[in-house]
Amino acid sequence: MPTPQKPRTFTFISRSAPYGNNRPRLCLGAALATAVFEQKVNYLFMDDGVFQLLANQNADGIASKTLGNALETLELYGIDQVMVLKESLASRHISSEDLLFPVQLLSNSDLQSLIESSDYVINL
Amino acid sequence: MITTPVIFQRQFKATVKFSIIVYAAPASSQAASTALQFVKTLLHEGHDIYRLFFFSDGVHNTNRLVVAPQDEMNLPREWHRLISNYEIDSVACVSSAIKRGILNEQEAKRHELDSSTLLDSSEIAGLGQMVDAMVNSDRIVHFG
Repeated sequence: MPTPQKPRTFTFISRSAPYGNNRPRLCLGAALATAVFEQKVNYLFMDDGVFQLLANQNADGIASKTLGNALETLELYGIDQVMVLKESLASRHISSEDLLFPVQLLSNSDLQSLIESSDYVINL
Repeated sequence: MITTPVIFQRQFKATVKFSIIVYAAPASSQAASTALQFVKTLLHEGHDIYRLFFFSDGVHNTNRLVVAPQDEMNLPREWHRLISNYEIDSVACVSSAIKRGILNEQEAKRHELDSSTLLDSSEIAGLGQMVDAMVNSDRIVHFG
């Protein structure tokens, strides 16, 4: 596999609620793989994706794995730029105290510069 | 307004290196068919395909056991024809594939199953191949 000279910046935007489909897991899997290959990774939750961040999740009742636990692996893989869109939280009446772990709050205008500064943007 | 003469436009038309990521299954989403048409058009226009990467439900496009009704396109077969003719690098994500029953001979043997199901024009590999494709292509287009 040809290796690039310098790491690129990848921004993953996770926009789906945690348990309706496999998109949140795909997004997480792709981001972790990208981090393993020593690229710079930003991870943003927006739209219904913010529901993934709610604390005290338990998916035992639907015979599924709890996504919230898996999200904690982001940090283990060296992904420290974990962000959430403020407007998406507000429109769903979620406060930042309801979240699993401290996450950087981003405004719509920050989002614009985040995308501008990224080499790749992956929406899932 | 200055316009470039047609002869120069053709001469300077750049070849772009694309990679295509397909998330859509052939029987339930138009996106899989759109991806195929898009790749055909790119090749027709003289562009390069660095890699096709089938991810999530997209791996169903690499199933050799698909039977389509007579008046419908057999999408996996069309992909197979295109990939073979143009010798395109085509990869199905391993974790997506095996949980959907898409196995090459090696995986079938490993999991003690009686048949492989992967079209031999594609191979099974990890997500690293997707990262590699993104880093080494000029454009990435996602379908589905």
